[in-house]
Amino acid sequence: MKVVLTVNERQHEIEAPPGALLVDILRRDLGLTGTHVGCDTSQCGACTVLMDGRAVKSCTVLAGQADGASVTTIEGIGAPGNLHPLQAAFQQHHALQCGFCTPGMIMAAMDLIGRGGRLDEAAVRRGLEGNYCRCTGYHNIVRAVLAAAGEMGGRA
Amino acid sequence: MSDTGIGARVKRVEDVRFITGRGRYTDDINLPGQAWAFFLRSPHARARIAAIDARAALATPGVVGVFTGKDLAADNIGNLPCGWLVKSKDGSDMKAAPRPPLAIDTVNFVGEPYAVVIGDTPAAAKEGAAAVATDFEELAPVVSLAEATQGAEIHAGIERNVCYDWELGDRAAVEAAFAKAAHVTRLEFANNRLIPNAIEPRAAAASYDAATADFTLYTTSQNPHLERLVLAAFVGLSPEHKLRVISPDVGGGFGSKIFVYPEETAVAWAARRIGRPVKWTADRSEAFLSDAHGRDHLTTAELALDADGTFLGLRVKTRANMGAYLSTFASSVPTYLYGTLLAGQYRTPAIYVEVEAVYTNTAPVDAYRGAGRPEATYVVERLVETAARELKLDPAEIRRRNFIRDFPYETPVALVYDTGDYEASLDKALKIADLAGFPERRRASESAGKRRGVGLSCYIEACGLAPSQLAIQLGAGVGLYESGEVRVNPTASVTVFTGSHSHGQGHETTLAQIVSEKFGVPFESVEVVHGDTGRLEFGLGTYGSRSAAVGASAVVKAADKVIVKATKIAAHMLGTAPESVDFADGVFKDTASNKTLGFGDVALAAYVPANFPPDLEPGLSEKTFYDPKNFTYPAGCHVAEVEVDPETGVVRLERFTAVDDFGKVINPMIVEGQVHGGVAQGVGQALFEHGVYDEGGQLVTGSFMDYGLPRADDLPSFAVDTTVTPCTHNPLGVKGCGEAGAIGAPAAVMNAVTDALGVKDLAMPASPERVWRALKEAAHG
Repeated sequence: MKVVLTVNERQHEIEAPPGALLVDILRRDLGLTGTHVGCDTSQCGACTVLMDGRAVKSCTVLAGQADGASVTTIEGIGAPGNLHPLQAAFQQHHALQCGFCTPGMIMAAMDLIGRGGRLDEAAVRRGLEGNYCRCTGYHNIVRAVLAAAGEMGGRA
Repeated sequence: MSDTGIGARVKRVEDVRFITGRGRYTDDINLPGQAWAFFLRSPHARARIAAIDARAALATPGVVGVFTGKDLAADNIGNLPCGWLVKSKDGSDMKAAPRPPLAIDTVNFVGEPYAVVIGDTPAAAKEGAAAVATDFEELAPVVSLAEATQGAEIHAGIERNVCYDWELGDRAAVEAAFAKAAHVTRLEFANNRLIPNAIEPRAAAASYDAATADFTLYTTSQNPHLERLVLAAFVGLSPEHKLRVISPDVGGGFGSKIFVYPEETAVAWAARRIGRPVKWTADRSEAFLSDAHGRDHLTTAELALDADGTFLGLRVKTRANMGAYLSTFASSVPTYLYGTLLAGQYRTPAIYVEVEAVYTNTAPVDAYRGAGRPEATYVVERLVETAARELKLDPAEIRRRNFIRDFPYETPVALVYDTGDYEASLDKALKIADLAGFPERRRASESAGKRRGVGLSCYIEACGLAPSQLAIQLGAGVGLYESGEVRVNPTASVTVFTGSHSHGQGHETTLAQIVSEKFGVPFESVEVVHGDTGRLEFGLGTYGSRSAAVGASAVVKAADKVIVKATKIAAHMLGTAPESVDFADGVFKDTASNKTLGFGDVALAAYVPANFPPDLEPGLSEKTFYDPKNFTYPAGCHVAEVEVDPETGVVRLERFTAVDDFGKVINPMIVEGQVHGGVAQGVGQALFEHGVYDEGGQLVTGSFMDYGLPRADDLPSFAVDTTVTPCTHNPLGVKGCGEAGAIGAPAAVMNAVTDALGVKDLAMPASPERVWRALKEAAHG
């Protein structure tokens, strides 16, 4: 099937086999390997991207469901030398170790901050409960998200 | 201290690629023309393979080949070895069951691979696999660890399924200590099976050049040189010099990626067989079934004390689950990484430990973060806390009465602790944890209908694995030194090669901190290379908290050699003798004339050697192999405080304090991060995580829906601090920090949970059901 979608502000037309997942399109067709796959039950959140502004687990979105959508991946929010405040905060606060969960964690945090509302430690921990990290114990992730939220004035 | 040198909180250089989605993990690598592998895995815990019919699979569109264990054996692919020979009490060698990369006649655990289907696409390989018809004759599995010796013989000739029956310590001295004891504290418990679950699943991508016979294998390994060594020397895949193993970015390991597994072996072989690159990436379900698991002990432990609470003797009997086969280092974990740690921080004069390692029809069990030392700490610290309660002594006081205070200290279980100050970490932890305020917090919880408890754990670990001579004497099949190479480029930038591998630990930052400080060059001008057998000579990789203590020591020694050589060059340039030249902060100075040269001047001269005397070689590059003289002994005190809801049995970890003595710290930010992550895994063991097989040997906890990996809202923030007694026998005074959290935390949490519940013991993980039942039982007396 033909799928037309915008990824990181560029439009793509992709011939996808039936049953193809958004994460497959991102990783295999578009070479955007910053989005990772860490499980097969939609539990780990490593594949989190923004679809029409909301965080989705791209391993659970069929290519057809993404037809016409605008998708933002980790590659689309900032680059070396021009980091997004969340990316900078993750480095500043040592919120990553192996880096594998990091893109999904950052994209989930984008959504969380973008929703507005007051964020404290408990709210960040609740808001990120769909994303596993095995390295950091979440301690520094919470700090990074709170710092970025402050800098972003509650807006992603 | 400079703002990028040793001791500075330098932001990590590796982060830039990870936070921008530019990391390069194995599954991100695609080789031209690659095919995909899908593994057929046993659905049975124990069965004979009667027949494999691949005809329909081979007729499936896109299927390139179907290969079984027999195909590998026919091509002289050997078995996967266990690299540590443990001997039983009677002096006999452990009984290692043969482990072919793909099972040949029998399968022995659910998830064991027995065939591989290669397809043009992942979907084709999977469809082909679904078309393979395998006849299994099911056999009665041995699943229960407690009853493993009474079950069927899993491997022909290995009686009672016993791999070895090992002992350490002085049995007679322990019997005498118990005979004169005023009090004996006894506990029987399980150390629960854990499934490591690095968030990146294992993966491999291999290519073979038939013209040159060169293999390239990208794989998720913590130690690519060991992978190459095993595949060359034991498995017989390829001559070592024709096999390049690359561990690119690796998404966490925690021990589970130390080992040489069937899958990368079969993938590499298949690339040669079909003449095309082959790639495989595990899904999470495969990871649960086939990654090496951790822990899984049954233990009876007894502590003999006199009336004052002085420890007289410790007697421990453990049965350790090896799973169906011996994984790469499995045999060493419940022996030399466990029994040797049972002195803990205490002067217990007599210790005796027996460990019976048995096979079961479950996934192989091997080193997982801490590897033996969490199990040892759990034994010691649960016993000590329980003894304090039984003798109505303050848990801190009973520890103080028994702390080792004079160093070096030789334990009754074969280690010599070089240094430490256990009371310093205890005092600091109690202060930070505000133990003085605990009674008030407990009253507040109780007035809200909750229970509250606090628990300590004063752990020790032996890290910096390991002095090669000792390790080989104890059965290791490899030395445990590390290599380091420091190459000064003509323009004075520096490339550092280390045999340690970073899969989250931040070596690219910490090693650059060390070298830039030593040479007085900018931090940014130092690059660290690791994880590629094609770029550095040899290495033994990262595990056992060894990268700073052993890997960085090698780099320091190599940097020292560079300075010696550079000093000779500087002396030549300054027209004086090397003995007259001082080097500090990047400047060579002739002490007689006060003339100076910068590090960059000397680096350039090394490669543009004008008028060098005949005995002075050009170039400025040195390497070393550093073999540690002893283990290092990180130690510390962890304090957990929990609140329990008696209505639901839910335990909330309210506070966790870790004060650790890691010796000198290179980057405190990174060290704190290691503690956070280790503590989270230790808390996971105590409260959430449990790998469970049913009676038929099916893994019940085979997904993230069933296995309790801690989530952000399961944990509090942690209070982390350090005390420092520098290691006495390595150049930086460092001890290692990677495993401490996972070692100290389980006992601290369970001491807190049992304190809250007022029960002597409770099995890990302290799930709501177990807690609720324990409270009901206590109420009904």
